[in-house]
Amino acid sequence: MRVILPSPLASYTANRREVEAQGATVDELLADLDRRYPGIRFRMIDEQDAIRPHVKIFVNRHQVASVASPLAPGDEVLVVAALSGG
Amino acid sequence: MPRLSVLVGTRKGLFVLSADRARRKWRMDGPHFLGEGVNHAVADPRDGRTLLAAVKAGHLGPTVFRSTDAGATWSEAARPPQFDKAPAGDAVDHVFWLTPGHARHPGRWYAGTSPQGLFVSNDAGATWEGVAGFNDLRATAPWIARGQDAPPDGATLHSINVDPADPRHLYVGLSTGGVFESHDAGASWKPLNRGCAADFLPDPEAEYGHDPHCLRVHPRSGDVYQQNHCGIYRLDRATRRWERIGNAMPREVGDIGFPLVLHPRDPATLWVFPMDGTTVWPRTPVGGRPAVYGSRDAGRSWKRMDRGLPPSQAWFTVKRQAMGADGLDPTGLYFGTTNGEVWASFDEGASWHCLCLHLPQVHSVEAALLA
Repeated sequence: MRVILPSPLASYTANRREVEAQGATVDELLADLDRRYPGIRFRMIDEQDAIRPHVKIFVNRHQVASVASPLAPGDEVLVVAALSGG
Repeated sequence: MPRLSVLVGTRKGLFVLSADRARRKWRMDGPHFLGEGVNHAVADPRDGRTLLAAVKAGHLGPTVFRSTDAGATWSEAARPPQFDKAPAGDAVDHVFWLTPGHARHPGRWYAGTSPQGLFVSNDAGATWEGVAGFNDLRATAPWIARGQDAPPDGATLHSINVDPADPRHLYVGLSTGGVFESHDAGASWKPLNRGCAADFLPDPEAEYGHDPHCLRVHPRSGDVYQQNHCGIYRLDRATRRWERIGNAMPREVGDIGFPLVLHPRDPATLWVFPMDGTTVWPRTPVGGRPAVYGSRDAGRSWKRMDRGLPPSQAWFTVKRQAMGADGLDPTGLYFGTTNGEVWASFDEGASWHCLCLHLPQVHSVEAALLA
């Protein structure tokens, strides 16, 4: 399915902001993404499997709170990262 | 011929200043990791080619980048430092400190994090595991800072040192918490704070709760010094008690600061960068007149070393990792400032020259001879 990534993660994907990954949950999708682009998952998800505080994940424009959230074929996943801090 | 490199970690990336061994002509390489915070970048003295950098981009997760070709190319650690997964478990916010292991353990590195955690790599930084003897204490040890005790950027584990005579003998500094040592490669830890002041604690002989800013173990002799929140100290190894050598500093300057640097060959020679620790702790050069202070007699006496530095109205801070020495003779000294300057001395502190301006806020400065 289609995954749209924020610019801070573009270094992992050769600057591609839209990539493909598969999974029946957000967790599986991120695992697949990490296989394709090693290291990218840990920048978004911490070691306790929590979405990092200033990272947001949306599925079909609805924000999800957990990586356990289910996905269906054709879903679109959007990852947003805050740029605050100056 | 090895080249001299000064690794400058900043709030917005890594810069590498390089020179030949005469230290006359310098060039700058970088930025690497532009826009990402680099808390510490360190070269491996055992091979002169491996570099590690503790990197964090904004609100994204922390990581470690590594180079095995003296900084020409970089790759990310396959498994950065991270705590074990556990109910209500912590997450590493940032990697703060990096230390190469003992010469007998090529490829071993240590990392300190915020929240306070200790990690080890045995493959030159590619993968990291928690040091269980320390990290398993995090839930119960009263000397490991909790969230509400943390300094503004979070409680840190820093100043990881390995005894040159015994690779199983480790030291760490906790801000706050104090200095702790292990004689069994990190399996168990004991406080090492007797004699050290903690003006902010009611008990003048508190066993822990201190605030070391920078702990250094001499790479040849094993002598131990620290710049603490409450003064400059040298450890009397026989009694395991700290002696406040900062008492010999001029009273109007005081002995508060962040970095402390040891001469690479002479364990009686060290340098500090005093900061204003009065009232609300401006942490700026005392009176706006920056100066390094050096001692040639293990802290019994100190000499002001400010030739070439701004004579007045200079209000930067030098952070705890932001001052270092090279291995040449005479020893070169380097420090970086919170306003993006890097200063150098090629005569062991007698005179200073500005190597560069206009960098982002400097977090760390480490000099190394690279292959």
